[in-house]
Amino acid sequence: MADATAPYRIKGATGDWEVVIGLEVHAQVTSNAKLFSGAATAFGAEPNSQVSLIDAAMPGMLPVPNRECIRQAVRTGMAIDAEINRWSRFDRKNYFYADLPQGYQISQLYHPLVGEGSIEIEDGEAVKTIGVERIHVEQDAGKLMHDQHPTRSYVDLNRSGVALMEIVSRPDMRSPSEAGAYLRKLRAILRYVGSCDGNMEEGSMRADVNVSVRKPGDELGTRTETKNVNSVRFVMAAIEHEANRQVELLESGGTIVQETRLFNADTGTTRSMRSKEDAHDYRYFPDPDLLPLELDDAFLEECRASLPELPDAKRKRYEAAGVTPYNAGVLTAEVETARWFDALLEAGAAPVAASNWVTGELFGALNRVGKDITDSPVTPGQAAELLALVADGTLSGSLAKQVFEVMLETGDAPGKIVEERGLKQTSDTGAIEAVIAEVLAKNPAQLEQYRGGKVALFGFFVGQTMKAMGGKANPGVVNELLKKALG
Amino acid sequence: MSVDTATVKKVASLARIAIDDAHAERLVPELNNILDWIEQLGEVDTSGVAPMTAVIPNTLRLRDDVVNADPLTGGGIRDAVLANAPQAEHGFFTVPKVIE
Amino acid sequence: MTDLTDLGIREIRDGVREGTFSAREVATAFNAAVAGAKPLNAFLVETPDHALAAADAADAARAAGETLKPLAGVPIGMKDLFCTKGVASTAASHILEGFTPQYESTVSQNLWDAGAGMLGKLNMDQFAMGSSNETSAFGNVISPWRRNDGGNAALAPGGSSGGSSAAVAARLCPGATGTDTGGSIRQPAAFTGISGIKPTYGRCSRWGTIAFASSLDQAGPMARDVRDCAIMLEAMSGFDAKDATSLDLPVPRWEQGLNASLAGKRVGIPREYRVDNMPEEIEALWQQGIAWVKDAGAEIVEVSLPHTKYALPAYYIIAPAEASSNLARYDGVRYGQRNLPDGANLQAMYAATRAAGFGEEVKRRILIGTYVLSAGFYDAYFTQASKVRTLIARDFEHAWDKCDVLLTPTAPSAAFALGEKSADPLAMYLNDVFTVPSSLAGLPAMSVPGGLDRAGLPLGLQVIGKALDEQGVLNAALAIEERAGFVARPQAWW
Repeated sequence: MADATAPYRIKGATGDWEVVIGLEVHAQVTSNAKLFSGAATAFGAEPNSQVSLIDAAMPGMLPVPNRECIRQAVRTGMAIDAEINRWSRFDRKNYFYADLPQGYQISQLYHPLVGEGSIEIEDGEAVKTIGVERIHVEQDAGKLMHDQHPTRSYVDLNRSGVALMEIVSRPDMRSPSEAGAYLRKLRAILRYVGSCDGNMEEGSMRADVNVSVRKPGDELGTRTETKNVNSVRFVMAAIEHEANRQVELLESGGTIVQETRLFNADTGTTRSMRSKEDAHDYRYFPDPDLLPLELDDAFLEECRASLPELPDAKRKRYEAAGVTPYNAGVLTAEVETARWFDALLEAGAAPVAASNWVTGELFGALNRVGKDITDSPVTPGQAAELLALVADGTLSGSLAKQVFEVMLETGDAPGKIVEERGLKQTSDTGAIEAVIAEVLAKNPAQLEQYRGGKVALFGFFVGQTMKAMGGKANPGVVNELLKKALG
Repeated sequence: MSVDTATVKKVASLARIAIDDAHAERLVPELNNILDWIEQLGEVDTSGVAPMTAVIPNTLRLRDDVVNADPLTGGGIRDAVLANAPQAEHGFFTVPKVIE
Repeated sequence: MTDLTDLGIREIRDGVREGTFSAREVATAFNAAVAGAKPLNAFLVETPDHALAAADAADAARAAGETLKPLAGVPIGMKDLFCTKGVASTAASHILEGFTPQYESTVSQNLWDAGAGMLGKLNMDQFAMGSSNETSAFGNVISPWRRNDGGNAALAPGGSSGGSSAAVAARLCPGATGTDTGGSIRQPAAFTGISGIKPTYGRCSRWGTIAFASSLDQAGPMARDVRDCAIMLEAMSGFDAKDATSLDLPVPRWEQGLNASLAGKRVGIPREYRVDNMPEEIEALWQQGIAWVKDAGAEIVEVSLPHTKYALPAYYIIAPAEASSNLARYDGVRYGQRNLPDGANLQAMYAATRAAGFGEEVKRRILIGTYVLSAGFYDAYFTQASKVRTLIARDFEHAWDKCDVLLTPTAPSAAFALGEKSADPLAMYLNDVFTVPSSLAGLPAMSVPGGLDRAGLPLGLQVIGKALDEQGVLNAALAIEERAGFVARPQAWW
């Protein structure tokens, strides 16, 4: 921990309070078909059009697990250095709700697929390891719509049975910003692995937020669970609100009830979800329709072998090549950026120059035209060519900017642009000497001042020479010849 | 362990079966009779015995990630899914309005 | 010409193949028998057209000189636990009234693919929970058998596959499907003087069969004799990728493998199956059975299955626990009955729907199952029962060191009168004492008629085999069948 970072505290009337946070993230597993049926998982389909007899829990229907969903969960576990359980099994979580056709959710309570792992996060300067208790695989529920009819709710089962990973952290986070960093890092890992698209707007990632407060050094307080929060910003807001609510309640003599709460994004507040007339008793037991899931060596080896280089490793590699830690962080935060940058390196670009160019020129340009790196008008190959032209002196920095602008507009290769538009920089000493002579002749006053000791005017002569040459002169050569001419 | 009327009503509520007091009272001795008899399982020394997980030794098969590979287990059958619904509208099942 | 309804599956199959009679004649005769047997209440739905269509297909295939399918021309009865496409399927419960499946169960599809036709859907104990057929929401089945005491007491056909047993015994169909969770094929077969086999768990796909207790439910055939059971079981069995517990093994040619000689075989007699208060006649039949298998060449060995007495209590934890969860889907939202009292919210609708839709025994078992799984009780009940289940399976494993099959009575009594046990659930449960242990262990087991008691009612003997050794079970049953010479049949009073 950097000393500069003061720990996050809620300032209460009775003193400082520490916030303890754990997150249960539900991440939709990327797969074509559902966890236990062959129905499609695509987002946004017509209601009940992606529902099989199994997902609708017709009498006599049985689940058969989708290998890809298991594989993705295992790969995710491997990506956070977690213990992979070769023997796991599915349990039924029993409760009645209109979005749950079976009357139970097939999940994993007693023997999850993935055990203890961890994720390293950076919160400002501070680096911290957050424990992950487990990852298990389970079915998503359907969707209820309450605003279509005055007295009825509508049930759409398209999501019913879609595979989710529930990634349960240890209560290791101590501030909203740590929780935000954890979520962003987890999302990045999932997207690198390809096990979840991380699309929070479409509900591919939701978090249940467990919050409690205590005086530093005290035992853990009673926690509340705020369900289904669907953005990093909202998670941070929910924690902030919930922690302050708890502190106020405790300081005014109240007690915290262990309960489920809902986050209201409009007001940034949480509220109690239901008073429990029926304290939840899920009656978990092993699903008798499914045998224990046993993974063999070949399966595990394939999972491991198919893992890509992960953000932390990639970042270390970039830094080792001389890229600044800041740039390395920026380049690895999103898998698409890292992929693009790797392609650029593969096309021969030098890491340091390439990292500066991507984080500066390219990001600026994409920002201007409102595009993502995935639909960048310039390919990594073209960018590598441009950087090569700078490196070999063909283009000056400013010429390179001009060429890049044309590339963005036309999509043409830099070599072609340089050729067609005559943007090549010149190192022709004869031509440059002639121009320098002209410049000195035109500016006798400045020449006198320079020779009288005002050496700062050197830059003026460089500028004039470059201008006279339309920016195409090699700045190094200009410097050298000017020094000679000015004596 | 034995049940009383309150327990029977709580269990019936968990199971979503409406029962009135008279019914619950009637069930108390019936269920206790059965539960008493079940109690004898406690006599069995099961230390070191693993609960049965598969009736016939067999491993869980996994299926390929293919959409609608078998029409019997695939989607795209909305009419069949809704065909028996007591109430369906605009392609949805409907239930009494749920207020969260 | 003989009455075609007197014929069994093999005779019909062979007769149609040889052209002795047409499949249509057979279907017509059985359709008439079904239509004329309403007092038995064995059928919930009659499907004469289905039987005729399959018969016509068989006749057309024969006319075209094609090789006939294994069950071409054979009409059968289908227990209402199997979902049949376009034909109401209710599991004999009000809660599924009006439900018409849009799909066909794997077992019924396998039978149609083998050329069989359907005479109708057979009555049963509601959701297969019961041993007398009295839990059906649509009136109990009445056994075609009557005591020879001149009284007309209506008798139980056994359960839960009581429509199946009654229909086969009354010659309304040559064979019928059953399902067995704790004895639901074997006990009704014993009560009605027919044969029935529960194969190894996983032989018959459970896909499309309305679930009672998933880890125990197995389909199987009920028919007039052992050979007919072998023929029908071959058609019903087979790997199904849609059922994760289905056994990925080829289906043996059981009919071809039938062999009544037990030379070199060891038949085990489990000492714990001698229960208190067992009627003398049952004990006598058991001794008779031992003599028959000895006569067939078997060596008799006494074996011990020490945890036998704990099988029933373990079963009455595991089966209700699974059922309480399996039956949660009957909520009035996607199919079946809905009961929506004025102003009721969603949860009240569930409670009202399930209160009105489920019968008393189903509710009782759901409540027991819910209770034993609930917080604080799970380990004491469910986990302990699952451990005892391991011990019961282990008992059988040890017995197989000493013998090849086990011989026991099927039930501790002959058919009882309707109403006799229905007031005492526990007394009813105890009727499954001999059938439940092999269900818990997933083993193949069969009931074959052995004789009649003093009241003229059939008694059955049970053969239990090693996992996957249906052949051994069928062969031992065949040896008994050949020696028992059981020809008694109920006199038609309906």
